[in-house]
Amino acid sequence: MIRRLTAGVPARALLLLCVLLVGFLVAPLFAGDYVLTVLILILYFAYTGQAWNIMMGFAGQLSLGHALYVGLGAYSAAALYVHFGLGPWIGLLVAVPVAALTGAFIGFLAFRFRVAGVYFAILTIAFAEFARVGFDHFGWTNASSGLFLPVAQYARNDLWQLRGHPVMFYYVLLAATVLAFILCRALLKSRIGYFWLAIREDEEAARSAGIDVFHYKMIAVVISAAMTSFAGVVYAFYYNNLFPEQVFNISRSIDIILGPIAGGVGTLFGPILGSFVIEILGEGLRSLLESFGIDVPGIKQVVFGAILLLVVVAMPDGVWPWLARKLGLTEQQK
Amino acid sequence: MTALLSVNGVTKQFRGLLAVDSVTFDVAGGEIFAVIGPNGAGKTTLFNMVAGMLAPTSGSITFAGERIEGLAPDKICRRGIGRTFQIVRPFPALTVEDNVIIGALLHRRDVDDAREHASNVLRRLDLYVKRNQTASSLTLPDRKRLELARALATDPKLLLLDEVMAGLRPMEVDVVVATLRELNRETGLTILLIEHVMRAVMALAGRVLVLHHGAAIADGAPDAVVRNPAVIDSYLGAEAVG
Repeated sequence: MIRRLTAGVPARALLLLCVLLVGFLVAPLFAGDYVLTVLILILYFAYTGQAWNIMMGFAGQLSLGHALYVGLGAYSAAALYVHFGLGPWIGLLVAVPVAALTGAFIGFLAFRFRVAGVYFAILTIAFAEFARVGFDHFGWTNASSGLFLPVAQYARNDLWQLRGHPVMFYYVLLAATVLAFILCRALLKSRIGYFWLAIREDEEAARSAGIDVFHYKMIAVVISAAMTSFAGVVYAFYYNNLFPEQVFNISRSIDIILGPIAGGVGTLFGPILGSFVIEILGEGLRSLLESFGIDVPGIKQVVFGAILLLVVVAMPDGVWPWLARKLGLTEQQK
Repeated sequence: MTALLSVNGVTKQFRGLLAVDSVTFDVAGGEIFAVIGPNGAGKTTLFNMVAGMLAPTSGSITFAGERIEGLAPDKICRRGIGRTFQIVRPFPALTVEDNVIIGALLHRRDVDDAREHASNVLRRLDLYVKRNQTASSLTLPDRKRLELARALATDPKLLLLDEVMAGLRPMEVDVVVATLRELNRETGLTILLIEHVMRAVMALAGRVLVLHHGAAIADGAPDAVVRNPAVIDSYLGAEAVG
């Protein structure tokens, strides 16, 4: 299994990966509160970007509504916690199926009736918007007034209830990001992964090579939605408040896709590198300006726009393929 | 002799246009069968009905004893009919090897098995040395061969070739002809080809069907068909038969 996962990967890539992982593991020891918050955001977007990448980067299906799955995961787990005192890990047993089934429903509608390309993207936006409006009027989750998780000072980290210091959330998200990375590598090297790439490249040719396109697109959307919902559960217990207007907002969906687009759509390392680039530059510039006493609202969005523009023009495949070549990390010839 | 592919009274009507008019023919196992005819004769429509891209308006298509008309292309491929496209459609961003592995995975669950099978197919088609190049970097003849390799990797009983010689130089045509003959001889692969390049048809086909305005006007051995006055009149032109 491990042999297959690492086949064709240069030794120095594995070494760098280990160094990076160790760096992430020890980072909280040196990071202050602010840096830790930024690192949590980076991991959150690396993880959700990886999940989104399964649909877009592997299977070629553009989703612009991934906030839907974050929101469904967040609301499912939070509501179970608030109403029944069920912890987040139990909540996952509901949150993941809810998101996966919703993904399956959207996928079924789209793929059965051959809704593709931008029309598929619009459909995903529409469902995220349905959810936003729906949850705005859904009394059980407190509608538009927002759902709040009880907050108290916790003396110790309670991993089972996901209550505690941000460092705990950092490690939960780090574990999730590592697992997502390994899962995506395994998927990409499997039969399913090859079929996804075929569908991404040319759906008609894939069909003529005997691939049941509908079936494999459904697998992509279900896995992606299920993975994304876990991020939603963590989101709910980290922020302790949920508002439909924020959670399901289209700009949350856009935030998710910025990382992989900047880093490299369809690559395994793109989502991780991309969320780094986006967050570091965005946050970095803001704090730099603040240190000069300049407070520009919305500067982060402007920076995101500028980064994307730069990436699209200078590195249309994303930063990662370029960096990988510079580091000499392209896959070895078999 | 039972036919591997049996096309029976197949008709395709696009509103007012009768593209294929009650065409009937059989392709026996191990045979190389060519469909020729002028542009607009309905060759590609006929081809697309066999491959599952189009459903016939009426008539039946039987493959290995089972009715297949109207089935989806992926189901038809899984039953053992591989195809190439007239305008090549390899997976452009993937390597040559990955393109063929995808075909090989159709009847293999294990990626390593599929890679091994793909390597064999690539060697046979002289693409093995180019296996790490991306498909988009290949020349047209190589891309055509890659499509052939991908189709062959699905282990078809019947191979459908849609103008696989078009755009190739005579030398390149001869190479493809030799490869196809070898495949046919060694593996018993049945081939149905649509072709304009008469050089290839004459060298390859055991039997030829000529379509004109959607209807079959001749069916038989290549050298008999090219001397058929109706065929000369409608398609080849008098000067073609030297």
